[in-house]
Amino acid sequence: MADLSVKVCGVDFKNPIIPASGVFGYGREYEELFPLSKLGGIATKGTTLHLRTGNIAPRIAETPSGMLNSVGLQNPGIDHFIDTELPYLLTKDLVVLANIAGSTPDECAEVAAKLEDTDVHMIELNISCPNVKQGGAAFGTSCEMAAEVTKKVRAATKKPLVVKLSPNVTSIADIAKSVEAAGADAVSLINTLLGMRIDINTGRPILHNNVGGMSGPAVFPIAVRMVWQVANAVKIPVIGMGGVSSGRDAIELMMAGASAVQVGAAIFTDPYAPVKIVEEMNEWLDSKGIASVKDIIGTVKPWA
Amino acid sequence: MKYTQGQYIIADKTAIAREIYSFTISCPEVAAVACPGQFVHIRAKGYTLRRPISICGIDKEKGTLRIVFEIRGEGTAEIAKLNKGDLIDMLAPLGHGFTVDPSYNKVVLIGGGIGTPPMLPLAKAYGNKAVAISGFRNASAVILQDDFRKTGAEAILCTDDGSAGIHGFVTQPLKELAEKGGIDAVYACGPMPMLKGVAAICKENGIFCQISLEERMACGIGACLGCACRTVRNDEEYFAHVCKDGPVFNAEEVIW
Repeated sequence: MADLSVKVCGVDFKNPIIPASGVFGYGREYEELFPLSKLGGIATKGTTLHLRTGNIAPRIAETPSGMLNSVGLQNPGIDHFIDTELPYLLTKDLVVLANIAGSTPDECAEVAAKLEDTDVHMIELNISCPNVKQGGAAFGTSCEMAAEVTKKVRAATKKPLVVKLSPNVTSIADIAKSVEAAGADAVSLINTLLGMRIDINTGRPILHNNVGGMSGPAVFPIAVRMVWQVANAVKIPVIGMGGVSSGRDAIELMMAGASAVQVGAAIFTDPYAPVKIVEEMNEWLDSKGIASVKDIIGTVKPWA
Repeated sequence: MKYTQGQYIIADKTAIAREIYSFTISCPEVAAVACPGQFVHIRAKGYTLRRPISICGIDKEKGTLRIVFEIRGEGTAEIAKLNKGDLIDMLAPLGHGFTVDPSYNKVVLIGGGIGTPPMLPLAKAYGNKAVAISGFRNASAVILQDDFRKTGAEAILCTDDGSAGIHGFVTQPLKELAEKGGIDAVYACGPMPMLKGVAAICKENGIFCQISLEERMACGIGACLGCACRTVRNDEEYFAHVCKDGPVFNAEEVIW
């Protein structure tokens, strides 16, 4: 049995696997299938200051080796999260990353401030949602905006602050450096890539929002590349995600430089995916005689 | 609500119409808790998203479920390749089903096309208290009529082109029955225009109506919020989710 524990921004995770924000709600639906304590952590559904109803359906489409979604940050609002969902999750023996979003930097800061007096372990600031008209990805696609919103949220919270980055940019490493300079304790990446499908029989986009965020195994090589580039550009830890669906994928992303790994669309294919990934990582490490998963972080040996 | 995910043996497979298949699946722990109106979420090999398929039969003694589905695209085509003896990967049973009330004396079940299968467990529950009205494009698309009759329900068949049964839509016989009176509930599943028509007739005649909706979905259990449906609850608009709040809704809740 290898040591699977990792530490990110001083927070101890029993293993590096975290269901990504948006696929896992606040965890209740999956606890019907397995104890949440098997997971290293949970990134909760993106939560805003007030309730949001989200986009009109269809919000989901299949793509080759992946999917599109345009949920549009439907959530019950931060007060409901703090009163109802967070107390439940805090009893489950896993790290809780509260994913937050807002349509202005001040709104993001206000949400973060509300979490300051709670026992939530980390805040994951979403500056990269492609499915909302205001805020969302608009913050994450310029270094200036990314830095501004990070600064505002940094000033509002002493909790470990993870900033979730958009891959829909020219240089994700530059954005990562901006949020590091603005006070982020870690970055997580990649959020979904903007995509589109059209029903050629009707001429209509499948998603009512026309475009949506693409995820699933198809985006995995992009995630590996971006995690590697960002890990080389910043000193703060990187939480990797994007198309991870096996223990081998998670190991690969950690070799690229990730200190922990989030799992998204794979959970829709197999709801037990995060639990199986933990087991597969352990088997692989044992088969290689590697004592600790920490020993593989950033160990890729790039060609000169 | 209790659900599980597992691999189950396909005990029987039959092609019952063009591109429409019936699977009987041996899954005692799922059959034990499944209710009419619920669905199963099936993994299609090589695809990211599972495919939601309504439950067409529940045999708690034999520990089997029956599903009847149509090839609609690549995912369902992949599932249709499975054969008797193969394993099928299901997350089930899911969703909020129909309200079955033993005190009802007369109910009408309305199925349109591939919306017909989820009506069969209701026919079994209500027996000769049920009238099952089914509508199809044409005679070659007709399914499950003998199955309905075996439950003791009265089966009324309609086709769009008149090649079998009544020439016309299911709303026509429903209207006649509704005007005669004595109906305690109407249950329906099928295309949106049909459901809208059924709901309007029920509203006009003051009959309790439940409908089963369909939407593109991902998780199937209410976590990802992908399958939104506009409804009204406590006089407020509410984006419900077809997988968890539905697929069965009271017709008066739905914003058409």
